[in-house]
Amino acid sequence: MNTENSLSQFAVCIFEEQTRLTLADLCRACAVHAERIIELVDVGVLEPQGREPARWIFGGASLHRARGALRLQHDLDIDLAGAALALELLDEIKTLRARLHVLGGEY
Amino acid sequence: MEFKDYYKIMGVARDATQDEIKRAYRKLARKYHPDVSKEADAEARFKELGEAHEVLKDAEKRAAYDQLGANYKGGQEFRPPPDWNTGFEFSGGGYTGGDAGDYSDFFASLFGREFRGAAGRRPAHAKGEDHHARVLIDLEDTYHGATRTITLRVPGVDARGHVITSERVLNVTIPKGIRAGQHIRLSGQGSAGIGESQAGDLYLEIEFRAHPLYRVEGRDLYLDLPISPWEAALGATVKVPTLGGIVELKIAEGSVSGRKLRLKGRGIPGDPPGDCYAILAIALPPADTEAARDLYRKMAQELNFNPRAKLEVPK
Repeated sequence: MNTENSLSQFAVCIFEEQTRLTLADLCRACAVHAERIIELVDVGVLEPQGREPARWIFGGASLHRARGALRLQHDLDIDLAGAALALELLDEIKTLRARLHVLGGEY
Repeated sequence: MEFKDYYKIMGVARDATQDEIKRAYRKLARKYHPDVSKEADAEARFKELGEAHEVLKDAEKRAAYDQLGANYKGGQEFRPPPDWNTGFEFSGGGYTGGDAGDYSDFFASLFGREFRGAAGRRPAHAKGEDHHARVLIDLEDTYHGATRTITLRVPGVDARGHVITSERVLNVTIPKGIRAGQHIRLSGQGSAGIGESQAGDLYLEIEFRAHPLYRVEGRDLYLDLPISPWEAALGATVKVPTLGGIVELKIAEGSVSGRKLRLKGRGIPGDPPGDCYAILAIALPPADTEAARDLYRKMAQELNFNPRAKLEVPK
């Protein structure tokens, strides 16, 4: 592991907004085969631009969504459609909690 | 080292069937999964659960554990007898959890340290693992952009297989406009690659420290703005703090508590930038002097005001 103290030399950007990933990039980053990513697109967890898998372009947010879905599927022993539903509900809870917080409520 | 009572962790009897163990695991995993649970110790509970399941779901490991565990209670000081596992052959590799390095010393002493750490069958060349960490920043940091020193605690395994924690200090540039839940990627700052492959990346997930004035939703900020009854009734121009400095805001006459006034583009920067909403809250002047009480009495006499008119009760 790198132990140097200063990372200022790294170009830092907001990953979700400034990153574009191909199918191959996403497979590498999630350490899974392309079939798994294609399944995630099929159940609607990921929505790439482009018509066919070889031309798909994913936004940076896809990486953490894909990892989240795969993690839920694996850890809870559920199928991808179930993981997709869980992710959507978790997103909704997050939004509602933020709104509750804005209104001054506890969560 | 403490003895771990895997049956107690899973909430099952010592003679539970494999099906009962599976059901108990699934139920608890849903409850304590760190992505799902809001409980403060969810991550630790989930890891403990994963370790218990790893042993109890596997007939070989469970039999070995049972033979050993009959005389121990959870939390008790534990020392494995020499050659205790003679006669058991572990097929190994059965790890479903990716983070076998998180298993306890207790687990390692029973089933071997070689399982822990980044074990598993890995090719001679592979990109190093990506690392993830969460960092707390102030709202001001995303408004102006900032450089922050961040200290990460990094668990690792030393040459003898013991779990150690080291500190790592990073100087990180916080990009302007980053929001909670978004990530910064530091290329090559994850685990070293295997063979000639490149190192993994380090992802920092951004979280905002609670701010004394503003609440955040997406790029928008919300601020409670106290105003006096006469400012609300007659209208006024008042000073409002925003992340970019103090601005003036016009309050229309006849404003009521709870009204939301938008300061366009005064939220978190971006394309488009967020807005800042001032939520009006009418503050009552205290009646703590005779003059103040006189003013209230005068209002009571002269204003024909029934605050409970909608409740259909007489004044």
